[in-house]
Amino acid sequence: MADIALAGTATAPRIKAKVSGEEWGARAALLVLGAYLVITLALPLYTLLTKSVQDKNGQFIGLANFARYFDDPAMLQSLGNTVYVSILGTVITITLAFIYAYALTRTCLRGRGLFRAIALIPLLAPSLLPGLALIYLFGNQGILKFVLLGHEVYGPIGIVIGEVFFAFPHALMILITALAVADARLYEAAESLRAKPARIFFTVTLPGCRYGLVSAALVVFTLIFTDFGVPKVIGGSYNVLATDVYRQVIGQFNFQMGAVVGLILLLPAVLSFAVDRMVQRKQVALLSARAVPLQPKPRQTIDRLFLVLVALVAGFLLLVLGMAVFGSLAKLWPYNLSLTLKWYDFSRVGTDGWGPYFNSLRLAACVALIGTTIIFSGAYLIEKSRGATRLRMVLHFLAMIPLAVPGIVLGLSYIFFFNAPDNPLNFIYGTMAVLVVNTVCHFYTVSHLTAVTALKQVDAEFEAVGASLKVPFYRTFWRVTVPICLPAVLDIAVYLFINAMTTVSAVIFLYSAETKLMSINAINTDDAGNTATACAMGIVIVATSAIVKGLQVLVVGGLERRTQAWRKR
Amino acid sequence: MSGRHPYLRIEFVSKNFGDFQALKSISLDIYPGEFVCFLGPSGCGKTTLLRAIAGLDIQTSGRILQAGGDISGLPPSQRDFGIVFQSYALFPNLTVAANVGYGLAGGKMPRADIDKRVSELLAMVGLSGQELKYPAQLSGGQQQRVALARALAMSPGLLLLDEPLSALDARVRQHLRAELKQLQRRINVTTIMVTHDQEEALAIADRIVVMNEGRIEQVGTPIEIYRQPAAAFVADFVGQMNFLTVDIEAPGLIRLGQAVLEAPDANLAAGHGVTLCIRPEDIQVRGIADGKGNTLLTKIEHMEFLGSFCRAELRLACGRALHADFSINAMRDLGLVPGQELQVALPPERIRLFPGEEKAARHG
Ligand SMILES: Nc1ncnc2c1ncn2[C@@H]1O[C@H](COP(=O)(O)OP(=O)(O)OP(=O)(O)O)[C@@H](O)[C@H]1O
Ligand SMILES: [Mg+2]
Repeated sequence: MADIALAGTATAPRIKAKVSGEEWGARAALLVLGAYLVITLALPLYTLLTKSVQDKNGQFIGLANFARYFDDPAMLQSLGNTVYVSILGTVITITLAFIYAYALTRTCLRGRGLFRAIALIPLLAPSLLPGLALIYLFGNQGILKFVLLGHEVYGPIGIVIGEVFFAFPHALMILITALAVADARLYEAAESLRAKPARIFFTVTLPGCRYGLVSAALVVFTLIFTDFGVPKVIGGSYNVLATDVYRQVIGQFNFQMGAVVGLILLLPAVLSFAVDRMVQRKQVALLSARAVPLQPKPRQTIDRLFLVLVALVAGFLLLVLGMAVFGSLAKLWPYNLSLTLKWYDFSRVGTDGWGPYFNSLRLAACVALIGTTIIFSGAYLIEKSRGATRLRMVLHFLAMIPLAVPGIVLGLSYIFFFNAPDNPLNFIYGTMAVLVVNTVCHFYTVSHLTAVTALKQVDAEFEAVGASLKVPFYRTFWRVTVPICLPAVLDIAVYLFINAMTTVSAVIFLYSAETKLMSINAINTDDAGNTATACAMGIVIVATSAIVKGLQVLVVGGLERRTQAWRKR
Repeated sequence: MSGRHPYLRIEFVSKNFGDFQALKSISLDIYPGEFVCFLGPSGCGKTTLLRAIAGLDIQTSGRILQAGGDISGLPPSQRDFGIVFQSYALFPNLTVAANVGYGLAGGKMPRADIDKRVSELLAMVGLSGQELKYPAQLSGGQQQRVALARALAMSPGLLLLDEPLSALDARVRQHLRAELKQLQRRINVTTIMVTHDQEEALAIADRIVVMNEGRIEQVGTPIEIYRQPAAAFVADFVGQMNFLTVDIEAPGLIRLGQAVLEAPDANLAAGHGVTLCIRPEDIQVRGIADGKGNTLLTKIEHMEFLGSFCRAELRLACGRALHADFSINAMRDLGLVPGQELQVALPPERIRLFPGEEKAARHG
């Protein structure tokens, strides 16, 4: 043995893992996913980048476009405007969302479920809806116009209020999560030291959720910074970057300048994305300690105070939705307030009638079906396959990019890429297919992360057990992983469906006469001055989203009852 | 043993995770029908070695041969083994029967045959009649048996168990351990079990592989491991052991303080500080002639009653402590009480010497 022992030590040959047929299959599937993400995400973004350094004839001109941008006072004005409304909107949204989240998690609030449901209403609406509702409330003929003391709602005031409505649930969800993971022991310690409630709040509560606050602020800032729907409807002559892009491209066919603005829109998103990742990494370390969950104790005055505050915020959300509903039903605002359904007869305002609604449904169904399939199986392959480590890392990175890309930038990139005459994929431009692909890409990251979170909770050894029993991985995926993850799969499908129903920013560059969507039709209808019909269209979208969400709740409930024999509580 | 051909042969297997070497040139033969335990402290590479054998994480270098064929780089699906994980990895959405029959269902086997085989397997692990339950409706011990039945369903040549009992409470664990051993004897499947519980390994294994920091310290039967630990690390890890730094006086003679004792000739250079090991139960108090036969004069510091025996802490003349186990009988007969002086003997054949002073020797 001794002689072999020597041979075995120093430079033993590396063992190369042999790859089985099914593993080759998995790798091929990973490559296909990679190709898909490159074509629908990386290449369009790259085209946007190149467009920004070219002139109208496609000649490389370096940073000349950027120089022109920063020489143009009008452009700089809208950059300043965007920053201004984004900061203001973020401060207000975070303040309100924090109060709301605190009340839901840290006080003995009654009707928690109801308040939570109300807070999620804005997610069901296209972002032009709050804009329209605000016009009814505070516009020239608005019932609450006096509240603004002579100021115009068209402009920064309207944009900020609309954005607060639109961004509120996003901030709330993050803050609820952050506040929910409190360590009761810290509070007990503080109380035993006889710290005053205010002192406890500033020394324990706030520091405990500061990462959540940073995270929420970044998300909200990015959302407002890049939103198109609200400023389009209520911005008036107050320009922001997102409406600039739209005007440059659709109004003036100035694609190069559009690309430059698009890239600037990308900047804060990328920046906050980076900060958020940094912060989250720190937070993981912070949470690893064994925490005892906090049970809120009744505190009469504080509980009452928060009930009032929460009711006010919820009231505001309901007021905005209610106003939109009422606006869509009133015969002739504000002169004849008797109710009518005539605004829901969409054929009055154009030749399309309800056609766009069915286009939207078709898009949403396709996005939910195709998107969920691609994203969930993609996440499974990335998370659970053996080998091909580098490829899987690259794919995971690609899947994270869409979160940093605002819809309007993605839409613009798609025009540049898919509308190029020399692109062999040019034929899908103007079809439903390009809308589906674009929307799946737009909402890829959140769905991907939902899938990854669910998959991480599935026992890591299922694949190993399957392999030892000579069962191919795709059968274990289908028979075990998918059933276990069904609630998450439904979550993804519904998320994609609702976002496909409500989205405007990306698809507004990509629709054609045959594929006009309800959300876009609502914007065009409002542009043409038919506010009530636009409102009705928005309400139809909200109703559809709400029904789908309700269906999900029912299905999940039924599923839980049927599978409670094996699902652990 | 050496006359037979090994069923599993591991040759110079190393595994690197980046710069960290989790397995350092491991070589080992396992014979057909053997029950082998990998024993070692947490992080010593037991699981890593088991996963390399299964093909779940292929080794960086070195060969693995099973039933004469080289399986070094093969994916798990092309190897012949059944596996039970610490978590059991039972499919929660499938019934017990579907879990056990999971590997059978994909092939050509007719439905009725599958059902028959599943009932057989469940009967074998003592779970008849539980076919339609879900894993969540079973106790931990029952879940463990389902996992075992599933691992045996395809009649694998090799059964791999990664701490299969560690999630259970002590009583269930002892019971299942005996059952597991019986079952293994009955179907005679070559088995490797990973554990960090030395008592479990001693009770169940035909041979134990003691591992430390990615290396094999010793391979042997439970009695060999216990009686003749090949290294101070093994002596320390398995069972109770006294460690004393002594000097070599001459071959076969050691000096402990003032006393000179006989000891086995360990081929160690004279004068060096070496480590003497002796188990507490090997220290004798009865039938000692004064001053003869490796005796030491000690004083009983205190005594701890441990049920069937008593562990005494003895103080040597040089001030060092020595633990000794006395039967209740001996205690009564000799009237042992704390504070008393006591003559004890260290039988030479029970003494083991290892190079290096105590601390260095123990941590390998
Ligand atoms: N995927 C990995 N990447 C990096 N290091 C690893 C990885 N897996 C294991 N290790 C390291 O290799 C060493 C051996 O790990 P292994 O899991 O084999 O230990 P073990 O003997 O099974 O311990 P335990 O009793 O705790 O299960 C440990 O130091 C561990 O940190
Ligand atoms: Mg282990």
